[in-house]
Amino acid sequence: MHLDHTHPHTHDGPAALSADAHRPDGRRRALRIGLGGPVGSGKTATVAALCRALRDELSLAVVTNDIYTREDAEFLLREAVLPPERITAVETGACPHTAIRDDISANLEAVEELEDEVGPLDLILVESGGDNLTATFSKGLVDAQIFVIDVAGGDDIPRKGGPGVTTADLLVINKTDLAPYVGSDLARMAADAKAQRAELPVVLQSLRGEGGVTAVAQWVRERLAAWTA
Amino acid sequence: MTTATTGGVRATARISARADGRGGTALPVLEGEGPLALRRTRAAAGDEARVMLVGAMSGPLGGDHFTVAAEAGAGARLHVGSAAATIALPGQAKGGARYDVRLEVAAGGELRWLPEQLISAAGSELYVTSRIELAPGARLVFREEQVLGRAGEEPGRLTSRLTVRLGGRPLYDQEVACGPGAPGGWDGPAVLAGHRALGQVIVVRPEFEERVPEARLLGECAALTPLAGPAVLVTALAGDALRLRRLLDEALATLG
Amino acid sequence: MTRAALLVLADGRFPAGGHAHSGGAEAAVKAGRITGASGLESFCRGRLHTAGLVSAGLAAAAALGMDPAELDAAADARTPSPALRGVARRLGRQLMRAARVTWPSAELDALARQFPKGAHQPVVLGVAARAAGLGAEDAAYCSVYEGVSGPATATVRLLSLDPFDATGVVARLAPEMDLVVGRAVEAARRAVHDGVDVLPAASAPLLEIGAEGHAGWAVRLFAS
Repeated sequence: MHLDHTHPHTHDGPAALSADAHRPDGRRRALRIGLGGPVGSGKTATVAALCRALRDELSLAVVTNDIYTREDAEFLLREAVLPPERITAVETGACPHTAIRDDISANLEAVEELEDEVGPLDLILVESGGDNLTATFSKGLVDAQIFVIDVAGGDDIPRKGGPGVTTADLLVINKTDLAPYVGSDLARMAADAKAQRAELPVVLQSLRGEGGVTAVAQWVRERLAAWTA
Repeated sequence: MTTATTGGVRATARISARADGRGGTALPVLEGEGPLALRRTRAAAGDEARVMLVGAMSGPLGGDHFTVAAEAGAGARLHVGSAAATIALPGQAKGGARYDVRLEVAAGGELRWLPEQLISAAGSELYVTSRIELAPGARLVFREEQVLGRAGEEPGRLTSRLTVRLGGRPLYDQEVACGPGAPGGWDGPAVLAGHRALGQVIVVRPEFEERVPEARLLGECAALTPLAGPAVLVTALAGDALRLRRLLDEALATLG
Repeated sequence: MTRAALLVLADGRFPAGGHAHSGGAEAAVKAGRITGASGLESFCRGRLHTAGLVSAGLAAAAALGMDPAELDAAADARTPSPALRGVARRLGRQLMRAARVTWPSAELDALARQFPKGAHQPVVLGVAARAAGLGAEDAAYCSVYEGVSGPATATVRLLSLDPFDATGVVARLAPEMDLVVGRAVEAARRAVHDGVDVLPAASAPLLEIGAEGHAGWAVRLFAS
């Protein structure tokens, strides 16, 4: 049997344009927020805390991009922050930044699959594998991104800048409770970040401290309100 | 009729199995010739007909063309084995040998095709095609084992294509090519990695439509895998024919 | 056909998910069957003449306009490992997404509707080649090149192999890639008249067995 050679330009049907705000059935898709940052800065812990803070009010799912294991996904499963069907691990062939920026096809499959299987969803958190300071998310994959660094990684990171620190929609400086022990100057980090980011927001957070993830959760709620408006 | 030509020997064997209406299986057709002699033997189970392929000559040799055709009708249970391994040898005639196997099983019929190994001797050149047509509801156990070279010798050139169709649709289609002159890399890390015995068992059962066994590894170089249909494949590589048979038998036993 | 379109489709940076797959190289490295450039070459050569030939035949046949559903069933029959069938469909779906945005086409849309969970990657590749204005030979070249360069790139990451050595392996295989493309296209042209059964079916038992093992690993760099 032969297909004919007509090529009308259409975008209907499943798996349409990546950044399209609507699903094939016309409903608005979930807001997608990416979390990136260096290894050990607390991305997975922040995701877990966000899930605990938001799961009563929102329909949530998480995609993890692990470098060579499923440990981040398994941490979330062990912590029981979400039921297992709401957590998907994407394998990245040793290049996590490729999977969130240069070739987002596997992540797009994962977010769409989650919406198909457990939807409707309000919010999908896409966590990057721990990478370097240049890793950012493609706009074809996420609607907003959070960059997580920590005080123990060196208090000169905000000053050094880089795409993550400079352009992320929210910069989180994590583990502030450790600052006295590692000799990091919180005030200087905040000032450097402000200088790099102009009007873009910065949150200083300690997940062990009193406020916990409250400020980041509030920022997510605001993004969601803007998305659904 | 066996026809000896300058190019080699042509021979055909035919088996037809039918339910005999008394809970057993009759063999209205049982015709062998020349190197492909057939014997009916005592069956293990009462309702099964058992046939042995008995090699009356050596071969296939270069230039020979053998064909074995067997079919099992509705309700018939046919078991085909062989008395000894088949050895592909170089012949006087130019060119390779062909060995064609044509099997058909009707709905409600069963064929157990369990011959001994095919040994590809040094200098031989053999092209095997096995085509199996199954009706929906047919049952099949099909085993083939290839041994590359007799003890301590280089293998001959062997190509073996195995095609199984179920209800006219492809279920399994794979071709093994090895030995001198085969496409590159056949003995390398993606294909055989130095193993000298390889084998497949395909089991097709209608009840696998409901539930097919899960994929599992059977040691380093063997696996049981469900196919895209009511069937499983056991594929195995081993150092020699004995170890290969043990792997395949163990895997078959787990299917019950 | 346009050569530039061929380069776009064949580029390893074409965003269709290939970077996360090693084509069986990770399993072969772990088993000690690839330890350096010569093992990689032997692996790639074997893969090229087996899985590579089969994929190229399917891609060429799809590029000639054969029914993708029939080709997809033929691909299933040529892929005994369920892990590899799953990988082929996932990659097919990822390629479908990239190709539909890159070369919008009614045929790709129809294929996406028919196989919402993905058709086998070589089938999608052939239809994508048509959408890009490319022919059967182009589709076969994309397929065999990807089938060799994927494991080579992966082995650079897995063994910290010298990237020049790995590229040398791929270059040395170029004449054999030409040969395999020729065989694949010839078979695909016959298949248009004689049906999918005449397409190549060359098997690589260790790729199939290795893929089943790899799928069960708890720790791995590549998805396959």
